[in-house]
Amino acid sequence: MIAAVHTDEPRDLRLYRRMRFIRRFEETLLDLFDEGVLNGTTHACIGQEADAVGVIEHLREGDHIFSNHRCHGHYLARTGDALGLMAEIMGKEAGVCAGIGGSQHICAPGFMSNGVQGGIVPTAAGIALAMKLRGADTISVVFIGDGTLGEGAVYETLNIAALWQVPLLIVLENNEWAQSTPVSLNTAGSMAARFEAFGIPVTETTTTDVLEIDRLAQKEVELVRSLNSPRALIVNTYRLCHHSKSDDHRPEAEVAIRWQIEPLVIQRARLSEADWRRVDSEVDEQIAEVVATARALP
Amino acid sequence: MIFAKELNAALHECLETDERVVLIGEDIVDPYGGAFKVTRGLSTDFPERVRTTPISEGAIAGVSAGLALAGMRPIAEVMFGDFITLCYDQIVNHITKYEAMYNGKATCPVIFRVPSGGHRGYGPTHSQSLEKHFLGVPHLRVLAASLYHDPRAVLRDLLGQTTPALFVEHKLLYPQNFGRPGGLLATDDGTTVCLSAVPREDCTATVLAYGYQAMLAAQVVEQLAIEEEIFVELLVPLELSPLDYGPIERSVAVTKSLVTVEEGTAGWSWGTEIAAVLSARMFGRLRRPVGVVASVPTVIPSSKSKESRMLVGTPQIDVAIREAAK
Repeated sequence: MIAAVHTDEPRDLRLYRRMRFIRRFEETLLDLFDEGVLNGTTHACIGQEADAVGVIEHLREGDHIFSNHRCHGHYLARTGDALGLMAEIMGKEAGVCAGIGGSQHICAPGFMSNGVQGGIVPTAAGIALAMKLRGADTISVVFIGDGTLGEGAVYETLNIAALWQVPLLIVLENNEWAQSTPVSLNTAGSMAARFEAFGIPVTETTTTDVLEIDRLAQKEVELVRSLNSPRALIVNTYRLCHHSKSDDHRPEAEVAIRWQIEPLVIQRARLSEADWRRVDSEVDEQIAEVVATARALP
Repeated sequence: MIFAKELNAALHECLETDERVVLIGEDIVDPYGGAFKVTRGLSTDFPERVRTTPISEGAIAGVSAGLALAGMRPIAEVMFGDFITLCYDQIVNHITKYEAMYNGKATCPVIFRVPSGGHRGYGPTHSQSLEKHFLGVPHLRVLAASLYHDPRAVLRDLLGQTTPALFVEHKLLYPQNFGRPGGLLATDDGTTVCLSAVPREDCTATVLAYGYQAMLAAQVVEQLAIEEEIFVELLVPLELSPLDYGPIERSVAVTKSLVTVEEGTAGWSWGTEIAAVLSARMFGRLRRPVGVVASVPTVIPSSKSKESRMLVGTPQIDVAIREAAK
C-alpha cells in the first residue's frame, strides 16, 4: 500500500508523494488512451487528489469506502494497488475485477465503486447500518460529487441515515462542473443546507490544500466514529481535466487559473525542490514499471 | 393456517436462526405489523433487526444493498408491489450487478418481498403484477409464493445462496389456507408442483400457472375434471426466472399441449417467453400452438365489474384450458 510505504518519510513529503502518484497514474492513463491501448472511457480526478489523500489518510482497516465513476484517486489512496487498477482498465484478466468492472466498477477489501449516480449513497448507509448492528468501531465513507445532488436517492438516504444515526461520512467533492453543466445550472440554494435540513452536521471548506483537508477530515472521521452518527464534509474544489475524455468546453481562462492553485503546487511550496523532484522521479519510475508490467500481462 | 401466518412464522424463524437477517420496509413494526400483517409481532421480538422506514423505496433497496454487501441478509418488504418501480435502479444497476461486475469479490443477496396482484378493487397503482419487468434481468431470481410451496423452505433456500431475489406474494393468497388442493393428485418435480385429477398419461394439456392464478387454475382443473371429464395437468413452479423448463418439457412431452396463465398484462410476458422457448424446443411434438393467458394490457380499473373483465380470473382460465385440451 502506498499509505504504508514511506511511513518514515516526513508527513509533508509523504502526502505529496501520494497525491503525485495519483496524478501521474491518471495522466499516464490519458496518454494510454491517446495511444489506443485502453478501451472505453475514464474519469480523471486530476486537481482533486487532495480530497482522496486527505480523507483516506484517516481511515482504518475495517472502514469502508464507496466511490463513484471518478474513483481512481480514492482507490489508489485506499489500496495502493496501481497494478491491479491499471490491469483492470487495460481489460486484463489480472485486473482487480478481471477486466469486467473497468475504470468505474472496482472492488477490493474495504472499497467499492459504481458508475451510476446517487445509488451508492443508500448503499453506503446500508454498510454503515451493518456496522452499527454488529457494534463495530468502523465507519462507512461515501464520495459524491456536486452533480450527484440532483439524485433523489441522496435525500432519501440523508433522512434515513439521520433517523437511524449510522456511522456514515459523506464527502461531497464539489468540483463546480457536473459533466458539462456548471453548478449554477444544477444546484439551487445551499449545498450545506441540504444536509443540515436533516440534522446532519456539515463542515465545508474551499481548498485544494491537502493539509487543510487532512485536518478537517481527521476531525470528521473521529466524530463519525465516536458519535456513531452521520456527518458531511463538503470540499469545494476543481476538476482540472475534462469530465471523461476530450469533452471539455469550459472557458480556458477559468481552468488556467486553477492550475495555479492545484494541490501539487500548494504542497510543493512546503518542500525543498530537491525533495519533490526526487519524489517526482521515483513516482515516474514506479508508474513506468506498473505500465510495463501491465502491458506484458495476458 | 392461513398463508400470511405461515409466512410470518417463516420470517420469525429466519430472524431467530440467522443473526444476519434484517427486515426492512414501510410500516412493518408493531402494533401495525405491515400493510398485510405479515410482519406482525416480529419487531417486538427483534427490535433492532426489524426496521420501519420512511416512504423511501429507493433507499429501502439501496440500504438493503449495503447491508447485503456487508454480509447481512436483508429481507425488504415493498408494501405494494406496484412501488417496486422505485427500486428499479437499485435492482438493475446495483444489486444484480455487484457480484458479476466485481468478478465474484462481493455478493449482494437482497431478498425483496413483493405483495402484488389485483382482484381487490385497489385500482391502477395498488393492484399490479409487475414481475414481468424483472424476468430475465441477469443475476436476479424471481420467485412466486403459492399455497403449495412452504415459505420456510423458500426463505431457507434463498438465505443459503447469494443471488438476489424477488419473492412475489399475491395479496389474495394471504387469507387462504395453506396447502395443496384435496381433490387433485400432487407430485413434485424439483420445486414445481404437479397437480391433476388423473395420472399425467390421461391428461390432454399442461397448464402452467403461479401464485394466486395457480390457485384459481387448480379450481378450474378440478371442476373441469368433475363436471366435463376434461383432464389436464397443472404445473405450479416456484421460480419464474430463471425457469427450470425440465418439468414443463416432461409434462408437455405427454400432453402435447401447453397453456400458460399469469395475472400481469399481456405481451412481452412470462407466457410469451415460455411459448417461444417451448415452441423451439418441442416443435413437432406440440399438438397446437402454446396458449398464453394474461390480463388486458391497460390500467387496472377500480370498479369491481371492470376489474374482473380486465384481470385474468377463472372464466379466462376456463376458456383457455378447454381450448388447450382439445
